[in-house]
Amino acid sequence: MDERKYNMAEEVKVFSTWASPFALRVIWALKLKGVEFDTVHEDLINKSPLLLQYNPIHKKVPVLVHDGKVICESLVILEYIDETWKQNPLLPEDPHQKANARFWAKFGDDKVMQSIGGGVLLKEGKEQEEGFAASMENLKYLEEEIRGKKFFGGETIGLADIALGWLAHYLDIVEEIVGLKLIDQEKFPSLAAWKQEFANAPIIRENWPDRDKLVTKYVVVREANLGKGTPK
Amino acid sequence: MAEQPKLLGTLPSPFVHRVIWALKLKAIPYEFIIEEDLTNKSPLLLKYNPVHKKVPVFLHGDKPVCESMIIVEYIDEVWPQNPLLPKDPYERAQARFWVKFAEDKGTPVLWRMFSSKGEELEKTKKETLEMLQTVEEHGIGEKKFFGGDSIGIADIAFGSVVYGLEIIEEALGEGAVFEAHRFPRLHAWIKNFKQVPIIKENLAERDWMVALFKNRREALAGSA
Repeated sequence: MDERKYNMAEEVKVFSTWASPFALRVIWALKLKGVEFDTVHEDLINKSPLLLQYNPIHKKVPVLVHDGKVICESLVILEYIDETWKQNPLLPEDPHQKANARFWAKFGDDKVMQSIGGGVLLKEGKEQEEGFAASMENLKYLEEEIRGKKFFGGETIGLADIALGWLAHYLDIVEEIVGLKLIDQEKFPSLAAWKQEFANAPIIRENWPDRDKLVTKYVVVREANLGKGTPK
Repeated sequence: MAEQPKLLGTLPSPFVHRVIWALKLKAIPYEFIIEEDLTNKSPLLLKYNPVHKKVPVFLHGDKPVCESMIIVEYIDEVWPQNPLLPKDPYERAQARFWVKFAEDKGTPVLWRMFSSKGEELEKTKKETLEMLQTVEEHGIGEKKFFGGDSIGIADIAFGSVVYGLEIIEEALGEGAVFEAHRFPRLHAWIKNFKQVPIIKENLAERDWMVALFKNRREALAGSA
């Protein structure tokens, strides 16, 4: 009988792009739990055959491959990660608190990102005004939820923080490009404090994509959407 | 003795039905509070779902849970009998992937099928076809249900979408996209789904729903 202990090294791969806030969620979660992984850098203009094989439905990053098991959709991946590696849990035990975390993660993607990305960054004039107003409404709800807490997850970073985390870096870039202040310290003091806390948290602060590169990228995206981009 | 949980909702809502199915599949007694008029929302609804002001809202011990599939997962965690999610994290991820697909791709198309006409309707039908094609090819496979031998959260999420689609197509009267010869797997699946005894007993009555949608659609057209 073989007495040797095999090092059952798990194979964990993350398909991502340098700019993707969604892939970033997965990277944060794995690093917060101290899980070793390899990153496969994708170019979305020239997607690898492997990405297309692993995510034939959406053809997007992130994709997590764990010992051959393929999982797509960042929020789905986060729950998988939390259930597979139990250290530093991202979700609380209590079912109601868990539901609450999921609610705010969904709100972030369905409403906040839509209004800020689609409504403010990609629009101008009256449409942008409407997007701005919608964004203010949405941020107000976040302000109420975070009030009195260090993180949405309480004392430690949780699922909702990771889902909303893009606000702590990407939002500054949007604000710079469009010349509008969204998370104003006076209007949203608790949310502004959370932004700081999250942006500077260990692990989080070491993994932000390059700010200048993001500005350049999103200017191009904005102009293309407004029909001002030079045709390829 | 804890008081009964409450479900705030309306009868035609496919989202409310998802929660009803979850509760009934687990034999959980509850009080159904009908939200009479969504154009004149009750103080209860506004108190417990201030963010979206929508049904369903689930109240358990005075704590609200909102968003239909989040409610379904909550129910599955609190009442583990007849589980709606598998134990294995990878299989759970697959189920959640399809729930998200139903939410992101299924639901919006359903609403647009209902309310649009002319060119917009044609565009929506095309998107519906693509959505159905994806599920036909990648979703159900050779399984009886998304959940395997018994229904799970993905079946519940899609069941309400596809049943809603059948009703809308009947209300529209012509140009159906969800055809059996095109989507044999999905047709077999929805047939099996509707035959599950609890589901069968808790489907919104078809003729009533078709008439309701016909009326609402005409009202929408009239007010355009």
